[in-house]
Amino acid sequence: MTPALEVAGLSHRFGKRTVLDDIGFTVSPGSFTVLLGPNGAGKTTLFALVTRLYHATQGRIAVFGRDFRADPQAALARMGVVFQQSTLDLDLTVEQNLRYHAALHGMASSVSRPLIAAELERVGLLERRHDRTRDLSGGQRRRVELARALLHKPALLLMDEPTAGLDFESRAFLLRHVRHLCADRGLAVLWATHLIEEADETDIVILRAGRIVAQGLSQDVVTNAGATGLQDAFERLLRVPA
Amino acid sequence: MSIATYTRCMGGIVGREGLRWVHQRGRFISALVRPLVWLAIFAAGFRFVLGVSIIAPYETYVPYEVYIAPGLIAMIQLFNGMQSSLSMVYDREMGSMKTLMISPFPRWFLLLSKLLAGVAVSVVQAYIFLAIAWFWEIEPPPLGYLAVLPALILSGLMLGALGLVLSSFVKQLENFAGVMNFVIFPMFFASSALYPLWRVKESSLFLWWVCQLNPFTSATEMIRFALYDQIDPVSIAVVTGCAIVFMAAAVIGYDPGRGFMARRGAAD
Repeated sequence: MTPALEVAGLSHRFGKRTVLDDIGFTVSPGSFTVLLGPNGAGKTTLFALVTRLYHATQGRIAVFGRDFRADPQAALARMGVVFQQSTLDLDLTVEQNLRYHAALHGMASSVSRPLIAAELERVGLLERRHDRTRDLSGGQRRRVELARALLHKPALLLMDEPTAGLDFESRAFLLRHVRHLCADRGLAVLWATHLIEEADETDIVILRAGRIVAQGLSQDVVTNAGATGLQDAFERLLRVPA
Repeated sequence: MSIATYTRCMGGIVGREGLRWVHQRGRFISALVRPLVWLAIFAAGFRFVLGVSIIAPYETYVPYEVYIAPGLIAMIQLFNGMQSSLSMVYDREMGSMKTLMISPFPRWFLLLSKLLAGVAVSVVQAYIFLAIAWFWEIEPPPLGYLAVLPALILSGLMLGALGLVLSSFVKQLENFAGVMNFVIFPMFFASSALYPLWRVKESSLFLWWVCQLNPFTSATEMIRFALYDQIDPVSIAVVTGCAIVFMAAAVIGYDPGRGFMARRGAAD
Protein backbone atom coordinates (compact mmCIF):
# COMPACT_ATOMS: atom_id res chain seq x y z
CA MET A 1 0.00 0.00 0.00
CA THR A 2 1.35 3.42 -0.96
CA PRO A 3 2.03 5.42 2.20
CA ALA A 4 0.07 8.64 2.70
CA LEU A 5 3.32 10.35 3.68
CA GLU A 6 6.81 9.08 3.10
CA VAL A 7 9.85 10.92 4.42
CA ALA A 8 13.26 9.47 3.61
CA GLY A 9 16.80 10.69 4.28
CA LEU A 10 15.53 14.18 5.09
CA SER A 11 18.09 16.60 6.51
CA HIS A 12 17.86 20.35 6.97
CA ARG A 13 20.19 23.08 8.10
CA PHE A 14 19.82 26.73 9.02
CA GLY A 15 23.27 28.09 8.24
CA LYS A 16 25.69 25.76 10.04
CA ARG A 17 23.08 24.47 12.48
CA THR A 18 21.65 21.07 11.58
CA VAL A 19 18.02 20.95 12.69
CA LEU A 20 17.03 17.68 11.04
CA ASP A 21 19.41 14.82 10.42
CA ASP A 22 18.55 11.91 8.15
CA ILE A 23 14.87 11.63 9.07
CA GLY A 24 12.87 8.72 7.65
CA PHE A 25 9.38 7.44 8.47
CA THR A 26 6.03 6.70 6.83
CA VAL A 27 2.40 7.40 7.69
CA SER A 28 -0.05 4.81 6.33
CA PRO A 29 -3.51 5.70 5.05
CA GLY A 30 -6.02 5.61 7.92
CA SER A 31 -3.32 5.64 10.59
CA PHE A 32 -2.87 8.07 13.46
CA THR A 33 0.85 8.66 13.84
CA VAL A 34 2.24 10.77 16.64
CA LEU A 35 5.45 12.71 16.17
CA LEU A 36 6.70 12.97 19.71
CA GLY A 37 9.53 15.21 20.80
CA PRO A 38 10.48 17.84 23.33
CA ASN A 39 10.49 21.52 22.37
CA GLY A 40 13.30 22.26 19.93
CA ALA A 41 13.45 18.68 18.59
CA GLY A 42 12.73 19.84 15.03
CA LYS A 43 9.02 19.06 14.77
CA THR A 44 7.99 22.46 13.40
CA THR A 45 10.86 22.47 10.90
CA LEU A 46 9.75 19.05 9.72
CA PHE A 47 6.19 20.38 9.28
CA ALA A 48 7.48 23.41 7.39
CA LEU A 49 9.36 21.10 5.00
CA VAL A 50 6.43 18.75 4.52
CA THR A 51 4.11 21.72 3.78
CA ARG A 52 6.72 23.33 1.50
CA LEU A 53 7.07 26.48 3.57
CA TYR A 54 10.75 25.57 3.43
CA HIS A 55 12.46 23.91 0.54
CA ALA A 56 13.81 20.44 1.27
CA THR A 57 17.32 20.34 -0.15
CA GLN A 58 18.29 16.88 1.04
CA GLY A 59 16.06 13.83 1.17
CA ARG A 60 12.70 12.84 -0.21
CA ILE A 61 9.16 13.72 0.77
CA ALA A 62 6.31 11.98 -1.03
CA VAL A 63 2.56 12.29 -0.52
CA PHE A 64 0.65 9.24 -1.79
CA GLY A 65 3.66 8.29 -3.85
CA ARG A 66 4.03 11.70 -5.51
CA ASP A 67 7.39 13.32 -4.97
CA PHE A 68 6.93 16.70 -3.35
CA ARG A 69 9.71 18.33 -5.33
CA ALA A 70 8.42 17.11 -8.69
CA ASP A 71 4.74 17.83 -8.06
CA PRO A 72 4.17 20.07 -5.02
CA GLN A 73 0.72 21.16 -6.22
CA ALA A 74 -0.69 17.62 -6.26
CA ALA A 75 0.77 16.91 -2.83
CA LEU A 76 -0.60 20.10 -1.27
CA ALA A 77 -4.05 19.47 -2.74
CA ARG A 78 -4.35 16.21 -0.81
CA MET A 79 -3.08 17.65 2.44
CA GLY A 80 -4.85 19.49 5.27
CA VAL A 81 -2.76 21.35 7.83
CA VAL A 82 -3.30 22.80 11.29
CA PHE A 83 -0.27 24.79 12.34
CA GLN A 84 1.02 25.24 15.85
CA GLN A 85 0.33 28.97 15.75
CA SER A 86 -3.21 29.98 14.84
CA THR A 87 -3.50 31.04 11.21
CA LEU A 88 -7.07 32.35 11.28
CA ASP A 89 -7.82 35.88 10.17
CA LEU A 90 -9.20 37.34 13.39
CA ASP A 91 -10.99 40.23 11.65
CA LEU A 92 -13.06 37.89 9.51
CA THR A 93 -15.97 35.70 10.55
CA VAL A 94 -15.71 31.94 10.92
CA GLU A 95 -17.49 31.43 7.61
CA GLN A 96 -15.38 34.03 5.77
CA ASN A 97 -12.22 32.27 6.96
CA LEU A 98 -13.49 28.97 5.65
CA ARG A 99 -14.68 30.46 2.37
CA TYR A 100 -11.23 31.98 1.86
CA HIS A 101 -9.63 28.58 2.38
CA ALA A 102 -12.09 26.96 -0.04
CA ALA A 103 -11.19 29.57 -2.66
CA LEU A 104 -7.49 28.90 -2.10
CA HIS A 105 -8.25 25.32 -3.11
CA GLY A 106 -10.19 26.45 -6.16
CA MET A 107 -13.57 25.28 -4.83
CA ALA A 108 -16.75 26.84 -6.23
CA SER A 109 -18.94 28.42 -3.56
CA SER A 110 -21.83 26.12 -4.55
CA VAL A 111 -19.56 23.21 -3.58
CA SER A 112 -17.97 24.76 -0.51
CA ARG A 113 -21.12 26.19 1.13
CA PRO A 114 -22.66 22.82 2.18
CA LEU A 115 -19.21 21.48 3.10
CA ILE A 116 -18.55 24.47 5.36
CA ALA A 117 -21.88 23.91 7.11
CA ALA A 118 -21.18 20.18 7.48
CA GLU A 119 -17.65 20.63 8.89
CA LEU A 120 -18.75 23.35 11.30
CA GLU A 121 -21.64 21.18 12.42
CA ARG A 122 -19.22 18.33 13.09
CA VAL A 123 -17.08 20.48 15.40
CA GLY A 124 -20.19 22.00 17.05
CA LEU A 125 -19.69 25.55 15.79
CA LEU A 126 -22.31 25.94 13.09
CA GLU A 127 -24.26 28.53 15.07
CA ARG A 128 -21.09 30.60 15.51
CA ARG A 129 -20.34 30.84 11.79
CA HIS A 130 -21.22 34.54 11.55
CA ASP A 131 -19.10 35.48 14.57
CA ARG A 132 -15.70 37.01 14.15
CA THR A 133 -12.98 34.48 15.02
CA ARG A 134 -11.54 37.08 17.41
CA ASP A 135 -14.59 36.49 19.61
CA LEU A 136 -14.00 32.72 19.89
CA SER A 137 -12.09 30.97 22.67
CA GLY A 138 -8.74 29.28 22.00
CA GLY A 139 -10.38 25.86 21.88
CA GLN A 140 -13.09 27.03 19.49
CA ARG A 141 -10.51 28.61 17.18
CA ARG A 142 -8.67 25.30 17.06
CA ARG A 143 -11.89 23.55 16.10
CA VAL A 144 -12.46 26.10 13.32
CA GLU A 145 -8.94 25.42 12.09
CA LEU A 146 -9.62 21.71 12.06
CA ALA A 147 -12.89 22.23 10.14
CA ARG A 148 -10.98 24.42 7.70
CA ALA A 149 -8.18 21.88 7.22
CA LEU A 150 -10.76 19.21 6.33
CA LEU A 151 -12.82 21.36 3.99
CA HIS A 152 -11.16 20.27 0.75
CA LYS A 153 -11.40 16.59 1.74
CA PRO A 154 -7.71 15.89 2.23
CA ALA A 155 -6.45 12.34 2.63
CA LEU A 156 -3.55 13.39 4.85
CA LEU A 157 -3.93 15.68 7.85
CA LEU A 158 -0.93 17.31 9.48
CA MET A 159 -1.37 18.79 12.94
CA ASP A 160 1.51 20.60 14.60
CA GLU A 161 1.02 20.68 18.37
CA PRO A 162 -2.70 21.36 17.92
CA THR A 163 -3.45 21.02 21.64
CA ALA A 164 -0.86 23.57 22.78
CA GLY A 165 -2.44 26.04 25.17
CA LEU A 166 -5.83 24.30 25.27
CA ASP A 167 -7.70 23.22 28.39
CA PHE A 168 -8.29 19.56 29.14
CA GLU A 169 -11.77 19.44 27.63
CA SER A 170 -10.77 21.04 24.32
CA ARG A 171 -7.73 18.78 24.08
CA ALA A 172 -9.80 15.66 24.66
CA PHE A 173 -12.40 16.80 22.10
CA LEU A 174 -9.77 17.45 19.43
CA LEU A 175 -7.95 14.18 19.99
CA ARG A 176 -11.14 12.14 20.02
CA HIS A 177 -12.48 13.89 16.95
CA VAL A 178 -9.34 13.38 14.89
CA ARG A 179 -9.03 9.73 15.92
CA HIS A 180 -12.61 9.20 14.76
CA LEU A 181 -11.73 10.76 11.42
CA CYS A 182 -8.94 8.21 10.97
CA ALA A 183 -11.34 5.38 11.63
CA ASP A 184 -14.34 6.76 9.72
CA ARG A 185 -12.78 8.44 6.73
CA GLY A 186 -9.52 6.53 6.46
CA LEU A 187 -7.71 9.81 6.97
CA ALA A 188 -3.96 9.57 7.60
CA VAL A 189 -2.88 11.85 10.43
CA LEU A 190 0.53 13.06 11.55
CA TRP A 191 0.10 14.65 14.97
CA ALA A 192 3.06 16.43 16.52
CA THR A 193 3.12 16.85 20.26
CA HIS A 194 5.33 16.85 23.31
CA LEU A 195 2.56 15.37 25.47
CA ILE A 196 3.03 11.64 26.11
CA GLU A 197 -0.63 10.99 26.91
CA GLU A 198 -1.59 11.88 23.35
CA ALA A 199 0.64 9.08 22.03
CA ASP A 200 -1.00 6.14 23.77
CA GLU A 201 -1.63 3.08 21.59
CA THR A 202 -0.62 4.66 18.32
CA ASP A 203 2.20 4.62 15.83
CA ILE A 204 4.86 6.94 17.18
CA VAL A 205 7.99 8.59 15.89
CA ILE A 206 10.22 10.01 18.63
CA LEU A 207 12.37 12.93 17.61
CA ARG A 208 15.23 14.27 19.67
CA ALA A 209 17.56 17.09 18.61
CA GLY A 210 16.71 16.57 14.93
CA ARG A 211 17.16 12.78 14.91
CA ILE A 212 14.69 9.92 15.18
CA VAL A 213 15.53 7.87 18.28
CA ALA A 214 12.64 5.40 18.08
CA GLN A 215 9.63 4.59 15.93
CA GLY A 216 6.89 1.98 15.69
CA LEU A 217 3.83 1.01 17.69
CA SER A 218 3.94 2.66 21.11
CA GLN A 219 3.78 -0.73 22.85
CA ASP A 220 6.78 -1.96 20.84
CA VAL A 221 8.75 1.21 21.61
CA VAL A 222 8.11 0.63 25.31
CA THR A 223 9.21 -3.01 25.06
CA ASN A 224 12.33 -2.24 23.03
CA ALA A 225 13.37 0.44 25.50
CA GLY A 226 12.89 -2.00 28.40
CA ALA A 227 10.58 0.54 30.01
CA THR A 228 7.52 0.24 32.22
CA GLY A 229 5.39 2.64 30.20
CA LEU A 230 5.53 5.20 27.44
CA GLN A 231 6.53 8.01 29.78
CA ASP A 232 9.41 5.92 31.09
CA ALA A 233 10.44 4.91 27.55
CA PHE A 234 10.37 8.54 26.40
CA GLU A 235 12.54 9.67 29.29
CA ARG A 236 15.02 6.85 28.74
CA LEU A 237 15.28 7.57 25.03
CA LEU A 238 15.88 11.26 25.67
CA ARG A 239 18.62 10.44 28.15
CA VAL A 240 20.61 8.20 25.79
CA PRO A 241 23.78 10.07 24.68
CA ALA A 242 23.68 11.16 21.03
CA MET B 1 -6.23 22.64 -12.49
CA SER B 2 -8.59 24.50 -14.77
CA ILE B 3 -8.90 28.20 -15.49
CA ALA B 4 -12.08 28.22 -13.38
CA THR B 5 -10.21 27.04 -10.27
CA TYR B 6 -7.50 29.66 -10.84
CA THR B 7 -10.21 32.33 -11.15
CA ARG B 8 -11.87 31.20 -7.92
CA CYS B 9 -8.57 31.24 -6.08
CA MET B 10 -7.79 34.76 -7.28
CA GLY B 11 -11.35 35.86 -6.51
CA GLY B 12 -10.98 34.53 -2.96
CA ILE B 13 -7.71 36.42 -2.39
CA VAL B 14 -9.10 39.67 -3.82
CA GLY B 15 -12.31 39.22 -1.81
CA ARG B 16 -10.40 38.73 1.43
CA GLU B 17 -8.33 41.86 0.81
CA GLY B 18 -11.55 43.80 0.14
CA LEU B 19 -13.10 42.51 3.38
CA ARG B 20 -10.01 43.44 5.36
CA TRP B 21 -10.10 46.90 3.82
CA VAL B 22 -13.74 47.37 4.80
CA HIS B 23 -13.04 46.12 8.32
CA GLN B 24 -10.03 48.38 8.82
CA ARG B 25 -11.84 51.70 8.56
CA GLY B 26 -8.88 53.59 9.97
CA ARG B 27 -6.76 52.44 7.06
CA PHE B 28 -9.40 53.50 4.57
CA ILE B 29 -9.95 56.91 6.11
CA SER B 30 -6.26 57.70 6.54
CA ALA B 31 -5.63 56.72 2.92
CA LEU B 32 -8.12 59.40 1.87
CA VAL B 33 -7.33 62.03 4.46
CA ARG B 34 -3.59 62.02 3.73
CA PRO B 35 -3.83 63.28 0.11
CA LEU B 36 -6.71 65.60 1.00
CA VAL B 37 -4.57 67.25 3.66
CA TRP B 38 -1.92 67.84 1.01
CA LEU B 39 -4.52 69.21 -1.35
CA ALA B 40 -6.39 71.39 1.13
CA ILE B 41 -3.49 72.72 3.19
CA PHE B 42 -0.17 72.21 1.46
CA ALA B 43 -1.38 73.15 -2.00
CA ALA B 44 -3.32 76.16 -0.70
CA GLY B 45 -0.22 77.43 1.05
CA PHE B 46 2.15 76.84 -1.81
CA ARG B 47 0.06 77.93 -4.75
CA PHE B 48 1.47 81.43 -4.57
CA VAL B 49 5.04 80.32 -3.86
CA LEU B 50 5.44 77.77 -6.61
CA GLY B 51 4.60 79.06 -10.05
CA VAL B 52 3.90 76.39 -12.61
CA SER B 53 4.60 77.27 -16.22
CA ILE B 54 2.73 75.65 -19.07
CA ILE B 55 4.07 72.11 -19.39
CA ALA B 56 2.64 69.04 -21.08
CA PRO B 57 0.02 67.65 -20.74
CA TYR B 58 -1.55 70.93 -19.59
CA GLU B 59 -2.55 73.38 -22.31
CA THR B 60 -2.72 76.40 -20.10
CA TYR B 61 -1.49 77.67 -16.76
CA VAL B 62 -2.89 75.44 -14.05
CA PRO B 63 -3.38 76.11 -10.34
CA TYR B 64 -0.96 74.26 -8.07
CA GLU B 65 -3.77 71.98 -6.80
CA VAL B 66 -4.33 70.74 -10.33
CA TYR B 67 -0.60 70.12 -10.77
CA ILE B 68 -0.16 68.00 -7.63
CA ALA B 69 -3.39 65.96 -7.99
CA PRO B 70 -1.80 63.17 -10.12
CA GLY B 71 1.14 63.02 -7.70
CA LEU B 72 -1.27 62.61 -4.82
CA ILE B 73 -3.03 59.78 -6.65
CA ALA B 74 0.35 58.10 -7.08
CA MET B 75 0.96 58.74 -3.38
CA ILE B 76 -2.27 56.91 -2.52
CA GLN B 77 -0.97 53.96 -4.51
CA LEU B 78 2.50 54.17 -2.99
CA PHE B 79 1.09 54.09 0.54
CA ASN B 80 -1.30 51.37 -0.45
CA GLY B 81 1.53 49.26 -1.86
CA MET B 82 3.46 49.71 1.36
CA GLN B 83 0.33 48.98 3.40
CA SER B 84 -0.14 45.70 1.53
CA SER B 85 3.48 44.93 2.15
CA LEU B 86 3.01 45.72 5.82
CA SER B 87 0.05 43.38 5.94
CA MET B 88 2.20 40.64 4.35
CA VAL B 89 4.75 41.03 7.15
CA TYR B 90 1.90 41.11 9.68
CA ASP B 91 0.37 37.99 8.14
CA ARG B 92 3.73 36.29 8.31
CA GLU B 93 4.21 37.17 11.95
CA MET B 94 0.64 36.21 12.81
CA GLY B 95 0.82 33.00 10.79
CA SER B 96 -2.02 33.65 8.34
CA MET B 97 0.52 33.83 5.51
CA LYS B 98 0.90 30.06 5.87
CA THR B 99 -2.74 29.61 4.83
CA LEU B 100 -1.89 31.30 1.55
CA MET B 101 1.41 29.51 1.04
CA ILE B 102 0.03 25.98 1.43
CA SER B 103 -2.57 26.54 -1.25
CA PRO B 104 -1.91 24.06 -4.06
CA PHE B 105 -1.68 26.84 -6.65
CA PRO B 106 1.79 27.92 -7.87
CA ARG B 107 3.41 30.46 -5.61
CA TRP B 108 3.88 33.04 -8.36
CA PHE B 109 0.14 32.92 -8.99
CA LEU B 110 -0.66 33.39 -5.30
CA LEU B 111 1.66 36.39 -5.13
CA LEU B 112 0.22 37.84 -8.33
CA SER B 113 -3.30 37.45 -6.90
CA LYS B 114 -2.23 39.13 -3.68
CA LEU B 115 -0.73 41.92 -5.75
CA LEU B 116 -3.87 42.37 -7.87
CA ALA B 117 -5.98 42.44 -4.71
CA GLY B 118 -3.92 45.39 -3.45
CA VAL B 119 -4.15 47.10 -6.84
CA ALA B 120 -7.95 46.76 -6.86
CA VAL B 121 -8.14 48.47 -3.46
CA SER B 122 -5.78 51.26 -4.53
CA VAL B 123 -7.71 51.94 -7.75
CA VAL B 124 -10.98 52.31 -5.82
CA GLN B 125 -9.24 54.70 -3.41
CA ALA B 126 -7.83 56.73 -6.31
CA TYR B 127 -11.30 57.18 -7.83
CA ILE B 128 -12.80 58.20 -4.49
CA PHE B 129 -10.02 60.79 -4.22
CA LEU B 130 -10.73 62.04 -7.75
CA ALA B 131 -14.41 62.38 -6.89
CA ILE B 132 -13.62 64.49 -3.83
CA ALA B 133 -10.91 66.46 -5.67
CA TRP B 134 -13.56 67.59 -8.17
CA PHE B 135 -14.73 70.02 -5.48
CA TRP B 136 -11.25 71.57 -5.56
CA GLU B 137 -11.82 72.28 -9.22
CA ILE B 138 -9.62 69.43 -10.32
CA GLU B 139 -11.70 68.65 -13.36
CA PRO B 140 -9.89 66.56 -15.95
CA PRO B 141 -11.71 65.86 -19.23
CA PRO B 142 -14.42 63.18 -18.88
CA LEU B 143 -12.46 60.74 -21.05
CA GLY B 144 -9.47 61.23 -18.74
CA TYR B 145 -11.34 59.45 -15.94
CA LEU B 146 -11.52 56.39 -18.17
CA ALA B 147 -8.04 56.71 -19.66
CA VAL B 148 -6.47 56.88 -16.22
CA LEU B 149 -7.75 53.40 -15.28
CA PRO B 150 -5.05 51.38 -17.10
CA ALA B 151 -2.44 53.82 -15.81
CA LEU B 152 -3.68 53.29 -12.25
CA ILE B 153 -3.57 49.52 -12.68
CA LEU B 154 -0.04 49.63 -14.07
CA SER B 155 1.34 51.98 -11.44
CA GLY B 156 -0.53 50.03 -8.74
CA LEU B 157 1.16 46.85 -9.98
CA MET B 158 4.60 48.45 -9.88
CA LEU B 159 4.22 49.97 -6.42
CA GLY B 160 2.48 46.87 -5.05
CA ALA B 161 5.25 44.63 -6.41
CA LEU B 162 7.81 46.93 -4.80
CA GLY B 163 5.93 46.48 -1.53
CA LEU B 164 6.05 42.69 -1.96
CA VAL B 165 9.81 42.78 -2.52
CA LEU B 166 10.29 44.88 0.60
CA SER B 167 8.07 42.58 2.64
CA SER B 168 10.24 39.63 1.66
CA PHE B 169 13.28 41.43 3.10
CA VAL B 170 11.74 43.02 6.17
CA LYS B 171 11.87 40.37 8.87
CA GLN B 172 9.83 42.02 11.58
CA LEU B 173 6.99 44.46 11.79
CA GLU B 174 9.10 46.86 13.86
CA ASN B 175 11.51 47.36 10.97
CA PHE B 176 8.79 48.94 8.91
CA ALA B 177 9.52 52.44 10.17
CA GLY B 178 12.79 52.14 8.23
CA VAL B 179 10.85 51.44 5.06
CA MET B 180 8.88 54.64 5.62
CA ASN B 181 12.05 56.69 6.03
CA PHE B 182 14.17 55.09 3.37
CA VAL B 183 11.61 54.22 0.70
CA ILE B 184 8.33 56.11 0.89
CA PHE B 185 9.58 59.61 1.73
CA PRO B 186 12.56 59.67 -0.66
CA MET B 187 10.46 58.21 -3.47
CA PHE B 188 7.71 60.76 -2.96
CA PHE B 189 9.83 63.86 -2.49
CA ALA B 190 12.46 63.06 -5.15
CA SER B 191 9.82 62.94 -7.87
CA SER B 192 7.66 65.16 -10.02
CA ALA B 193 4.70 64.69 -7.66
CA LEU B 194 5.01 68.03 -5.86
CA TYR B 195 7.02 70.20 -8.23
CA PRO B 196 7.80 70.15 -11.94
CA LEU B 197 11.26 68.77 -12.61
CA TRP B 198 12.47 71.86 -14.51
CA ARG B 199 12.30 73.63 -11.17
CA VAL B 200 14.42 70.91 -9.56
CA LYS B 201 16.91 71.17 -12.42
CA GLU B 202 17.35 74.86 -11.74
CA SER B 203 18.51 74.16 -8.20
CA SER B 204 20.44 70.88 -8.60
CA LEU B 205 21.32 68.90 -11.69
CA PHE B 206 22.20 65.87 -9.56
CA LEU B 207 18.82 65.88 -7.84
CA TRP B 208 17.15 66.29 -11.21
CA TRP B 209 18.84 63.06 -12.34
CA VAL B 210 17.72 61.29 -9.16
CA CYS B 211 14.14 62.44 -9.80
CA GLN B 212 14.34 61.37 -13.44
CA LEU B 213 15.53 57.89 -12.51
CA ASN B 214 13.00 57.48 -9.74
CA PRO B 215 10.27 55.11 -11.03
CA PHE B 216 7.75 57.02 -8.89
CA THR B 217 8.28 60.01 -11.20
CA SER B 218 7.34 57.81 -14.15
CA ALA B 219 4.24 56.54 -12.32
CA THR B 220 3.20 60.12 -11.53
CA GLU B 221 3.76 61.32 -15.10
CA MET B 222 1.97 58.32 -16.58
CA ILE B 223 -1.07 59.08 -14.40
CA ARG B 224 -0.83 62.82 -15.15
CA PHE B 225 -0.84 62.30 -18.93
CA ALA B 226 -3.55 59.62 -18.80
CA LEU B 227 -5.77 61.84 -16.68
CA TYR B 228 -5.66 64.40 -19.48
CA ASP B 229 -6.32 61.70 -22.06
CA GLN B 230 -2.75 61.61 -23.35
CA ILE B 231 -0.03 58.98 -23.51
CA ASP B 232 3.52 59.29 -22.19
CA PRO B 233 5.25 56.25 -23.77
CA VAL B 234 8.52 56.63 -21.84
CA SER B 235 6.74 56.58 -18.47
CA ILE B 236 4.64 53.60 -19.49
CA ALA B 237 7.76 51.70 -20.56
CA VAL B 238 9.62 52.52 -17.33
CA VAL B 239 6.68 51.59 -15.09
CA THR B 240 6.05 48.33 -16.99
CA GLY B 241 9.73 47.37 -16.86
CA CYS B 242 10.00 48.15 -13.14
CA ALA B 243 6.77 46.23 -12.38
CA ILE B 244 8.17 43.13 -14.10
CA VAL B 245 11.54 43.38 -12.32
CA PHE B 246 9.93 43.96 -8.89
CA MET B 247 7.49 41.09 -9.39
CA ALA B 248 10.30 38.71 -10.39
CA ALA B 249 12.26 39.78 -7.31
CA ALA B 250 9.18 39.17 -5.12
CA VAL B 251 8.73 35.65 -6.52
CA ILE B 252 12.39 34.92 -5.74
CA GLY B 253 11.99 36.49 -2.29
CA TYR B 254 9.08 34.17 -1.50
CA ASP B 255 10.65 31.06 -3.01
CA PRO B 256 11.02 28.48 -0.24
CA GLY B 257 14.48 27.52 -1.48
CA ARG B 258 15.98 30.94 -2.09
CA GLY B 259 14.33 33.87 -0.36
CA PHE B 260 13.64 34.75 3.26
CA MET B 261 11.91 31.42 3.79
CA ALA B 262 15.22 29.64 3.34
CA ARG B 263 17.09 32.03 5.61
CA ARG B 264 14.68 32.03 8.50
CA GLY B 265 14.83 29.44 11.19
CA ALA B 266 11.70 27.79 12.53
CA ALA B 267 10.73 28.07 16.15
CA ASP B 268 10.10 24.59 17.49
